[in-house]
Amino acid sequence: MTAEVTRPRYLGDNPRFLAGLFMSPAVLYIIALVGFPFVLAIVYAFTDISTGNPELEFVGWATFRRVLDDPVFREALLNTFLFAVIANVLVVVLATALAEILVRDFKGKWLVRFLVLLPWVAPVSLATITWLWTLDSIFSPIDWVLRQLGLITENVYWLGQPGTAMTSVIAVQTWRIVPLAAVIVMAGLIAIPGDITDAVAVDGAGFWRKMFQVTIPLLAPIIAVAVLFGVILTISDMSVVYVLTRGGPTNSTQVLSTWAFIKGIEGGALAQGAAVALFLLPVLIAITAIVLRLARRREVL
Amino acid sequence: MAVVEVRELRKDFGDVTAVDGVDLRSEEGEFLVLLGPSGCGKTTLLRMIAGLEQPTEGEILLGGEDVSGLPPRARRIAMVFQSYALYPHMTVANNIAFPLKAQGMDAEERTKKVEWAAGLFGIERLLQRRPRQLSGGERQRVALARALVREPSVFLLDEPLSNLDAKLRAAARDDLMEFQRRIGITTIYVTHDQVEAMGMGDRIAVMNHGKVRQLGTPEEVYHHPADVFVAQFLGSPPMNLLETPTYVFGFRPEQFLPEGIAESEGTRVPFSFHVNRIEYLGSERYLYGFIREYDETRIIAMLPATVTLPITIDQDHKFSVAKDQLRFFDLDDGRKIAQQTLMR
Repeated sequence: MTAEVTRPRYLGDNPRFLAGLFMSPAVLYIIALVGFPFVLAIVYAFTDISTGNPELEFVGWATFRRVLDDPVFREALLNTFLFAVIANVLVVVLATALAEILVRDFKGKWLVRFLVLLPWVAPVSLATITWLWTLDSIFSPIDWVLRQLGLITENVYWLGQPGTAMTSVIAVQTWRIVPLAAVIVMAGLIAIPGDITDAVAVDGAGFWRKMFQVTIPLLAPIIAVAVLFGVILTISDMSVVYVLTRGGPTNSTQVLSTWAFIKGIEGGALAQGAAVALFLLPVLIAITAIVLRLARRREVL
Repeated sequence: MAVVEVRELRKDFGDVTAVDGVDLRSEEGEFLVLLGPSGCGKTTLLRMIAGLEQPTEGEILLGGEDVSGLPPRARRIAMVFQSYALYPHMTVANNIAFPLKAQGMDAEERTKKVEWAAGLFGIERLLQRRPRQLSGGERQRVALARALVREPSVFLLDEPLSNLDAKLRAAARDDLMEFQRRIGITTIYVTHDQVEAMGMGDRIAVMNHGKVRQLGTPEEVYHHPADVFVAQFLGSPPMNLLETPTYVFGFRPEQFLPEGIAESEGTRVPFSFHVNRIEYLGSERYLYGFIREYDETRIIAMLPATVTLPITIDQDHKFSVAKDQLRFFDLDDGRKIAQQTLMR
């Protein structure tokens, strides 16, 4: 007797159908919340649409020209670069040091890990509001401590002066991104083969030599990934600056993301807002391409 | 050059005892092999000698000096790892120079030493390459050169051949031996491969469950195993062991020969061997079966290709073992005991 394999064919047996089915929620989500606004922003940037005149009238590059002529835009552009570069240099240094500490064994390690991750887990706006209080012009606990130590006689007005405002914004942004970067670098540290660590010990290298000649070169690709995330989060996210200073005082902490929001949403100039928001897109794409290429070049054996 | 000695060395990992009171002393310039199944503690023992693990108890002496508390870099040891642990981001030259840089040697002298070490292993032409551009055998040579460049007093090797394919392994074994003879450095070599151990070791320390079961020359551990573990761990196929009510006795498969083939020197003990199955391996035949009086125990006989006598399956054959090739072990603890008269 020959057994013939007969099987009813269900739709659920079809891998192509299943693949489409399972991916559709993510695809829909991306189209609705990322793709559509993105396309809309590009369209808006070439019109002169505003909340007062919501008609799509194409004006070519005129909106971009108007945006570029605005001195506030130029200040915001400079601030964005300062903000992103300084914050991410600090992030890399602190995250590498932190990761090095967190992979070691010590008592209360889980508590320290939890506390380190806290800034990342807490909602950005809430966490930033606590900083707003901490840096308050009258009741700032930082000022209080400095006063008690006799280092200052009058309050600093952290967010009220251009220099200290920028410093504060950078510090808070660093505080917020360090945990993510530290976890990424930690994953890299754990992935370094134990034999390499042992070989370094047997070869007689001390802490600094090991750090700078073995650990960091081996971590370079993963640090590049952490930098990529840090830069993108710093350039594209407006929460910290917006909550702390709204770009002030007198635009001294204005960055492109806040400027786009203030101009486009609060000021109603939708077209200019879109143009500002799109301005750094080519830069971000370039950074991403460069960093990903670097990360791929040096794979760990 | 130095003698390595460990005294009552013990290492616990939580509740697990990896090394359980080991006493061991190498000779000057000796090639000492630590042999045992995985998990027997041989690698932990080596890592303690290197200083990569701190012993729970006991002392480690290098060249008569207690180094128990010292970090690896203060021990004048070199180690080659199973994965070679080359620094993937450095060129071969920088890999070899790394330990010298750590010593603070100046660049000129360093270059000379690197060239010397590369010359020892014939890898001069690879100096500007990176590890991932090398074959397995080349990586191994680089790892050896990096270990040797400091002229250490003790050379530790952790299964350095196990990542090579079989053909390359034989050649690498040969190279390694040649090289060790030439520089005469005390070498401790960890392996689970008995062929490597027998072929390379001046002496072999056979380990199991964190203890050294026997320390001796390859001949000693093979022909006079200290207990049933050593008897069965060494030799492929392992020693045949048969249980009597009062003791255990055993003999090597190659000593178990058909009547008439064996030269009749000394007295031979005859057995009736029932053969179930024959494996023909070209250079030898393995005969699987059992001995009538000990039905429960599987016996293997190994006949060299020079014995062409036809053997039929599922039949009893007259086999025998030279009396002085029988080994006797205690029934309870498996330790070697004196020659017994075989009760029939």
